[in-house]
Amino acid sequence: MSALDILLWVAVPYISLAVFVVGHIWRYRYDKFGWTTRSSQLYENRLLRLGSPLFHFGILLVAIGHIGGLLVPKSWTEAVGISDTAYHVVAVVLGVLAGACTLFGAAILVYRRRTVGPVFSATTRNDKLMYVLLVGAIVLGLGTTVLGNLTADPHDYRETVSPWFRSILILRPEPALMAAAPLGFQLHVLVAFALFAFWPFSRLVHVFSMPLGYLTRPYVVYRSRDEQLGSRPTRRGWERVP
Amino acid sequence: MRVMAQMAMVMNLDKCIGCHTCSVTCKQAWTNRSGVEYVWFNNVETRPGLGYPRTYEDQERWRGGWTVNRRGRLKLKGGGRLRKLLTIFSNPKLPSIDDYYEPWTYDYDTLTSAPLQEHTPVARPRSLISGEPTKITWSANWDDNLGGAPDHGHRDPMLKGIEDKVRFEFEQTFMFYLPRICEHCLNPSCAASCPSGAIYKRSEDGIVLVDQDRCRGWRMCVSGCPYKKVYFNHRTGKAEKCTFCFPRVEVGLPTVCAETCVGRLRYIGLVLYDADRVLEAASTPDDTDLYEAQRRVFLDPNDPEVVRAAERAGIPRDWIEAAQRSPVHALITTFKVALPLHPEYRTMPMVWYIPPLSPVVDVVRDTGHDAEDHGNLFAAIEALRIPVEYLARLFTAGDVEPVNAVLRRLAAMRAYMRDINLGREPREEVAMRVGMTGEQVYDMYRLLALAKYDERYVIPPAHAEQAHGLEELATECSLDYEGGPGMGGSGPFGENSGGASPIAVENFRMLRDRQTTDTIAAPLDKDNRVNLLNWDGKGRPDGLFPPREHPGGGDPAGEVEPKP
Ligand code: SF4
Ligand code: SF4
Ligand code: SF4
Repeated sequence: MSALDILLWVAVPYISLAVFVVGHIWRYRYDKFGWTTRSSQLYENRLLRLGSPLFHFGILLVAIGHIGGLLVPKSWTEAVGISDTAYHVVAVVLGVLAGACTLFGAAILVYRRRTVGPVFSATTRNDKLMYVLLVGAIVLGLGTTVLGNLTADPHDYRETVSPWFRSILILRPEPALMAAAPLGFQLHVLVAFALFAFWPFSRLVHVFSMPLGYLTRPYVVYRSRDEQLGSRPTRRGWERVP
Repeated sequence: MRVMAQMAMVMNLDKCIGCHTCSVTCKQAWTNRSGVEYVWFNNVETRPGLGYPRTYEDQERWRGGWTVNRRGRLKLKGGGRLRKLLTIFSNPKLPSIDDYYEPWTYDYDTLTSAPLQEHTPVARPRSLISGEPTKITWSANWDDNLGGAPDHGHRDPMLKGIEDKVRFEFEQTFMFYLPRICEHCLNPSCAASCPSGAIYKRSEDGIVLVDQDRCRGWRMCVSGCPYKKVYFNHRTGKAEKCTFCFPRVEVGLPTVCAETCVGRLRYIGLVLYDADRVLEAASTPDDTDLYEAQRRVFLDPNDPEVVRAAERAGIPRDWIEAAQRSPVHALITTFKVALPLHPEYRTMPMVWYIPPLSPVVDVVRDTGHDAEDHGNLFAAIEALRIPVEYLARLFTAGDVEPVNAVLRRLAAMRAYMRDINLGREPREEVAMRVGMTGEQVYDMYRLLALAKYDERYVIPPAHAEQAHGLEELATECSLDYEGGPGMGGSGPFGENSGGASPIAVENFRMLRDRQTTDTIAAPLDKDNRVNLLNWDGKGRPDGLFPPREHPGGGDPAGEVEPKP
């Protein structure tokens, strides 16, 4: 195992994940005000109405697929009697479908960003980098899946990528597994980790604001006035008397 | 009984001259920043007219507010929680910038830098959204004073069914101004639509606010508010709304829009209400009963039992006293001349209006009759079906009876007071015809016509003991807070990231930023373009004046070169 393997399949993932976690904590504490979807729907709705749901629902499916594929060991699915071929067919069909939706949605959104004037001028450099990484990861992932399955003997990532990813998570990295995977998977993984490292500093943070609490909270929220009245902090000795 | 206090406003529409001072001062105070150019927390619309944003009252289209379903339960008109979450990626009912208008500035720079030419250079409009040259086709009050009304006045949603009866020819029409701010509803559908729970109603004074740190830009509140009084800041990606000027109200000052109102037609005061009965009242099956239902939610602050319950609920003594003196309570409950705007939206709005008698008076006067005579006015109120019906659509979900009653009271007051002003014996029977005593009519007149500042605005400060340290008192520099004024600049994720800064300071900083850089409108030559709208007359923003030829001294007279 070369030093490069260690670097790519041990160091890079850990650094990326660390940046991902610490970055989010830092951003949440430092920049709650900047934590937003920064929607551009006000400027343009016709393309967004099509592209945005396609992309977002697609990528949610893709995410669920990845969680299943990466975290559930092959032995478990076999234990409940799902044959390898059945699993593979379902995974490929659903994966390609969801991936295609995502990519198509993303294409519409990128096209919209580029051609609709107000949307384009509201696009920051940060957004552009994010788009490159995100679309890059999607294209590589989808391409690997499609091309791999065109060959007679598609690579079974559940023998290499998945156990390697789990080995990272349980802090006993086995870089050799990943080093044995085909180039397509390797590139996809590397771009994905670059995306993870960039994530907390981009608008992608809004993923973690998925407002599921809305389903259960009371409709109208009451809150007490801030301790601080007016617009500057209370000075010592002038605190509110209960 | 769960007593809560609500800061509320009443506007007397007869006195509004449509000067837009309130809109402009509010804008200068709160929305003079990029991203909110099109935002008018206070706007004044001419009615009949389209309103702002255009046709916002057409809830079949925009689906704001609440509705009762077949089982009589209150639900959001725009769909329940699950539906909201499923449409979160593309809000189906969001007004686009075209429904507001595309904000613009002018490239004033050409006025000073254009080369010698035959024609006088002009400053052309530029969109503040795209930065491109633009054509101005609409604005926040494009149809002011029925401007263009023959063309689009009939699209006023409140005219549905009576379009052909309303005349828009200048001599024949009636019109009045409707200043609007956020209603700070008792049952706010904006808050109910917010997936993040970022919009909250303050339990002390009922002011509805958006927590800028928790808003994630889902835009559901914009659709949810039937009055379209939540706006989306397209630069920060957060929702913003009228704050009832809480930093001022907290120290006992009236809101900016009320303070600067030229007609002195705004009243601010507390209303006590029973929070346990809000839902029940909002679910009243019949739209036309909602006005009464909402009034029944209000509590009488002079009732000892209410006072005891209020004290138990932790409402301070001076607040209860303020509620007893509240002009808002008097106009709504004692004199019964104030009506809610669109009670049928079921949000229980808390900015109420005294409908204008002037359309009626004008007609009576124009026909040569005595417009101060209650008999003539009463007859005209009965006869002038269209204006009254229109007012009823705005204020009582179409029920003309309450509007008639209010107009008759105002007419009676007019007639009663004329006798007094002419030194005649006032006629008690005029007051009795509208179910009041002469003394009550006089009190009402006092409140509507004479009331001084401290009678129009009865605002108990949040905590007087703190007043010294509060922002709006000028005993200390209000920019003197930790971190310093405007020192921060922007965070690493664009101009709108980083910690939240105090509102006044934020405005200060934004103003300064806009004076010096205006990237959205002037992408390339931003250094020599300046937004005059935001220039306060101080300093020399780059590009406003031609560069000095000899910086740092020399004979000043030498700078005045003869220009070709
Ligand atoms: S009027 Fe104000 S409080 Fe009422 S729903 Fe609209 S934004 Fe919310
Ligand atoms: S209360 Fe304040 S924020 Fe609201 S409209 Fe009036 S001035 Fe503007
Ligand atoms: S300042 Fe007063 S009179 Fe002028 S438009 Fe506003 S509400 Fe009407």
